[in-house]
Amino acid sequence: MRFRWVWLLGLACLLAAPLANAQLSIEITGGGEQRTPIAIVPFAGETALSPSITSIVRADLERSGLFRGLELPPIVPAPTEASTINYPEWRSRLADALVVGSVATRADGRFEVRFRLFDVVKQTPLGGIAYTLSKDQVRATAHRIADYVYEKLTGDRGVFSTRIAYVVKRGNRYELQIADADGAGAETALASFEPIISPAWSPDGRRIAYVSFESKRPVVYVHSLVDGKRHVAANFRGSNSAPAWSPDGRTLAVTLSREGGSQIFLMNPDGTGVRRLTSSPAIDTEPRYSPDGRWLFFTSDRGGSPQIYRMPASGGEAQRVTFEGSYNVSPRISPDGTKLAYITRNSGRFQVALLDFTNQQTQVITDSERDESPSFAPNGRMILLATVLGGRGVLSAVSADGRFKQRLSAATGGDVREPAWGPFLE
Amino acid sequence: MRANLTSLFTAVVAAALMAACASTTSDEQTPAPVTGPGGSGKPGAVTTSPVKPVDVTGKAGSPEADPRVKQGPLAQRSIYYDLDKFDIKDEYRSMVESHAKYLRDNPAARMLIQGNTDERGSREYNVGLGQRRADGVKRMLVLLGARDNQIESVSLGEEKPQAEGHNEEAWSKNRRSDMLYSGEF
Repeated sequence: MRFRWVWLLGLACLLAAPLANAQLSIEITGGGEQRTPIAIVPFAGETALSPSITSIVRADLERSGLFRGLELPPIVPAPTEASTINYPEWRSRLADALVVGSVATRADGRFEVRFRLFDVVKQTPLGGIAYTLSKDQVRATAHRIADYVYEKLTGDRGVFSTRIAYVVKRGNRYELQIADADGAGAETALASFEPIISPAWSPDGRRIAYVSFESKRPVVYVHSLVDGKRHVAANFRGSNSAPAWSPDGRTLAVTLSREGGSQIFLMNPDGTGVRRLTSSPAIDTEPRYSPDGRWLFFTSDRGGSPQIYRMPASGGEAQRVTFEGSYNVSPRISPDGTKLAYITRNSGRFQVALLDFTNQQTQVITDSERDESPSFAPNGRMILLATVLGGRGVLSAVSADGRFKQRLSAATGGDVREPAWGPFLE
Repeated sequence: MRANLTSLFTAVVAAALMAACASTTSDEQTPAPVTGPGGSGKPGAVTTSPVKPVDVTGKAGSPEADPRVKQGPLAQRSIYYDLDKFDIKDEYRSMVESHAKYLRDNPAARMLIQGNTDERGSREYNVGLGQRRADGVKRMLVLLGARDNQIESVSLGEEKPQAEGHNEEAWSKNRRSDMLYSGEF
């Protein structure tokens, strides 16, 4: 089952603009004047490939909130990676950066894409790459070009080649889907008539652990994406849920009720070697490893209300991490370990909060009613989350500084929830 | 011949003992079956290789339940809760007593209790809250004479609402525990 995602406008723009435009627009709001203007010239000969490589590169860069693609008049002859760059001319078009390139058909029927990136302000070339690709690798190639441009211009690794997992509920049918980070190319990994929740990517991006209710109770599975093989990781008496991978991929933390209550256990991903980690009379759940693997963050109501705690991953005493408010759940640690995203309840509304460990400041970064399941992009710049818009479950993305937002919903209808942003793929 | 019979007997007894062990350790893992289509994986090609789909929508049902549990007080299966509460209100006491009596009188009967919550808040924390509700029902049934191994308490969290609305009327129907007998789950 494939369907196309429609990237809607950011919230502010959504409220202001007529909805008829929203379906087609990829405009991003909130980055404001700080977005770097970039000229991405349609590559010479790129009409041989569909969809257009440069339009995907531009959409990727704009979706990051850090770039604004310039509208360009037709340029004859079209500059290519081999052209001499007239910097003052590009500066007069208000470009800070410039991408030019070409597409050539090879004798074997494949294609070769070459491109170069230039810093127009400093009047210096920043490099370029050539890729060989087949017709069905146009999107993957465009995302790699966008990653290259993003990294050269921001210093951070791009996430355009990564993938996301999420669950679509349509009627009584649930599908665990995997798509490119821009929502394109969605594929169904699992279809079921019972709920699927809590997908968690293995650190190598090849497997997903999740909770399926197909046997009328929550059971943790580990599912290999390339071959569709899956196995039961935890199916003990009672409930089995909330899987989380250790950064080395060798341990799964899960919540089990097999010894009474809901407590956190560690196990090998193949289901062996189960050992109990927490011992409390409370609900201890939603474990998450810190990126260095030393800590386990989790939700517990041992203090009377659900709050976030952390404890050494090898066991030991738990320390409370959140203090403001009476409902703080779903801890997610940023890839660099300096921030904690979680869901906080504010007078009946559930929103994403960000705690900065370096200065202990907490900031609520969304303004919606029912946010759930935040998930950091692997470069830490964006947070993907589930929310409800017009009674329908949609995914939303917010920059880690809260400055711009965007939404995606399934074009074919249904509720979308439980997003999980996958890792960088080596 | 005699030696063969003896060793056969030994093997049968050993197998029976192992089977008995396996069935009494109800806490143990269900074996991990590998499901889904076969075929060779393509290492290193995760970005561009397609995801192999697995479809579990066509699962078979289980055998029929005991007709007696579908009549009279035993047909009452749901306990509803106040917001953020898991204590069983007095109005459900006689219903729980009827089920405890049935379980006590029918040692072979098995029950699954599914705890549920309303849709607000974290899905996983709600799995925990639903478990707390189901555990509370199980505890009361055992206090009233049911055997521990007859009852399994699980949580469906907020995933299986009885009412689909987004208001207190719907939420009050979704904060509940459901009791199911063998053949019904």
